[in-house]
Amino acid sequence: MLNHIRPALVMVVLFTGLLGVAYPLAVTGVAQAAFPSQANGSLVKDTGGKVVGSALVGQAFVQPAYLHPRPSAAGNGYDASASSGTNMGPLNADLTARVKDDTARLKAENPTGAIPADAVTASASGLDPHVSPQYAAFQISRIAKARGVKEAQVREVIENHIEGRTFGVLGQPRVNVLLTNRALDARLGRPDASSE
Amino acid sequence: MNIQGWAEIALTLGLAVALAWPLGIYMSRVWNGERTWLDPLMKPVEGLFYRAAGVDPTRSQGWFGYAGALLAFNLVGFVVLYGLLRLQGVLPMNPQGFDGLSPHLAFNTAVSFVTNTNWQSYGGETTVSTFSQMVGLTVQNFVSAATGATIAAALARAFLANRGTGVGNFWADLTRTTLYVLLPLAFVVAVVLAGLGVVQSLAASVQATTVEGGQQTISLFPTASQLAIKQLGINGGGVFNVNSAHPLENPTPLTNLITAICINVMGWAAFFAFGRSVMAQKDVRALVMAAVLLLGTAGAALYIIESQPAPALVAASVETSMGNMEGKEVRFGVPSSVAWAMQTTGASNGSVNSMHASYMPLGGAVTMFLMQLGEILPGGIGSGIAVMVLMAMLSVFVAGLMVGRTPEYLGKKIEAREIQFAMLAVLVVPLSVLGFSAIAAVLPQALAGLLNKGPHGLSEILYAYTSATGNNGSAFAGLTANAPWWNTTLGLAMLLGRFVPAMAVLAVAGALVAKPRLAPSTGTLPTHGSLFIGLVIGVILILGGLQFFPALSLGPIVEHFDMLQVVARF
Repeated sequence: MLNHIRPALVMVVLFTGLLGVAYPLAVTGVAQAAFPSQANGSLVKDTGGKVVGSALVGQAFVQPAYLHPRPSAAGNGYDASASSGTNMGPLNADLTARVKDDTARLKAENPTGAIPADAVTASASGLDPHVSPQYAAFQISRIAKARGVKEAQVREVIENHIEGRTFGVLGQPRVNVLLTNRALDARLGRPDASSE
Repeated sequence: MNIQGWAEIALTLGLAVALAWPLGIYMSRVWNGERTWLDPLMKPVEGLFYRAAGVDPTRSQGWFGYAGALLAFNLVGFVVLYGLLRLQGVLPMNPQGFDGLSPHLAFNTAVSFVTNTNWQSYGGETTVSTFSQMVGLTVQNFVSAATGATIAAALARAFLANRGTGVGNFWADLTRTTLYVLLPLAFVVAVVLAGLGVVQSLAASVQATTVEGGQQTISLFPTASQLAIKQLGINGGGVFNVNSAHPLENPTPLTNLITAICINVMGWAAFFAFGRSVMAQKDVRALVMAAVLLLGTAGAALYIIESQPAPALVAASVETSMGNMEGKEVRFGVPSSVAWAMQTTGASNGSVNSMHASYMPLGGAVTMFLMQLGEILPGGIGSGIAVMVLMAMLSVFVAGLMVGRTPEYLGKKIEAREIQFAMLAVLVVPLSVLGFSAIAAVLPQALAGLLNKGPHGLSEILYAYTSATGNNGSAFAGLTANAPWWNTTLGLAMLLGRFVPAMAVLAVAGALVAKPRLAPSTGTLPTHGSLFIGLVIGVILILGGLQFFPALSLGPIVEHFDMLQVVARF
């Protein structure tokens, strides 16, 4: 084996140069040139150019006038520098208790309609940018009331943001929370934060 | 469950096998040193590698020399990666300001990436710098995959030889697989994924002021380049903590399909490449068929199980038609999640797009069982087909015992020495998984790492050693594995699971290469029909599966019955 050590060393060094430096830098170069927005994280900016988040990364919303995302186990919730799921087993007592608490809270906020599963389950990443169309519809009356507008106006914005399955087969129908909330603000004005 | 869900699962598996066919033919050409359309670009680079390393790529090595070169290359790769991770704090491109890794974490991580396992005891965005990800981990993602391929290439030559001596040149197989197959493919896939939204940035993070006025730090990485080879190399180590569940690593259902296919396409390709190299396409098609039947059945079972009402939802009277959504992303739902789980545990990939720890008890059992079958559905690149061929050899051996003839496979007599090494490769898996699990289950240092109690806690232990030994790398991530006991023993399990079968396969190749190549006679058991497919499936289930049944029944199976009681109360 000793006579193989020299070629092994040389090979590791050469491969490191090619695969560890040249390859990722080449991909970075091409991606940054061809797809600058995607390559930098699909950032969403306000009119002043300030970053308000990423279209792909969920963020916390607690004000009643906004569409709320799913429960999150990333840091203290939607911490995009510490992605995480809960990793609780299906019979974990903490999980059962959390689902019960969330269900009770949601029933108090929105007295009507069945609660969909994604509303009370934490995502795998803790950064899920979407909710199901059912969970979005479930929140319409609360959002409309908090904003003092008709439910139909909110429903229209949400329905415009429903994305279907890709090619009719792949993935699930969904609503992007950040983009929908930005559209709600653009359409119906920013809510008064003191209305909470 | 719905028709779109079934279609998505079938599409994922079907496309992977279909695309592997041409890729396998191409890979076989590369192994055989035939001309390829990349020659003008890669020949000069290849020649440079050989000259600098001082090796003669045309010199065929005996199995012992081949194995020695393989071990030396992996040893040096380990030492370099270990050093790099330990010294991370003083190395460049560390915008996150991370310190070096602790000795046991660096040992675990270096072993993990060198053995093609990619078990991660750390959270990517909170532990590992951009430099370590690129210069350390990405490199091993390529070469550990190519190392697996070399094993199959050597075994193929051994079957083809007629009273030969050499099984090929390790350096040539390694270099050619990397330069002609993995690198060009990864480059194309990486650029496509970046176009579809996967982040590829050298910046550490970006600061956002959210709509409600909060602050959000969004971690970034050169992700697309590492993601492409993490999948194509059947490695599975994510850039981010949550791997391919992270929306910047797997943003859409389309990126999900592409990367889910890339999970095992090269594993299937190695099957087809082996078949072409040995001129035994029909026999290898039978092995593919056996693997597809087992894998497809597991995928269907996962879809049915994960669509059942989850106990926590039932207890709170929540609408359950979406299935068990804890630990799953809305854009994926149950079908994309279980299609991925099937792909990633059948291959020795181990990346995840949903959290297996939160699966229903039997769902978790299926993912474990797929790994315990020995990572041959289709396993890693080359390492999968190699162990599958050992399973086929054991099958003809069993059949030979029944009819009283000397067993033959692909033109070679299978005798005591081959069967001994094949059994060694197969038995090291339960030895490592059950042995380490038994110790961990009674050791306070080990139990301290568990998140869940009771049978689910045992499942966390069992899953960890299964994943490490199978060189898979996925986890019931409730387990906090970044502690001396776990990092050390999981590292040892990875080494056992990688190098014992690899050496056994090369020893088998060494025994086979010297034998004369026989033409099939009337007494030869046909190894391509449905009878043989059934026989191979039986051997895989009995040898691979049955040994784990008692352990599984104390973990996920008992948990399943607990769950039925809970659900019945509501």
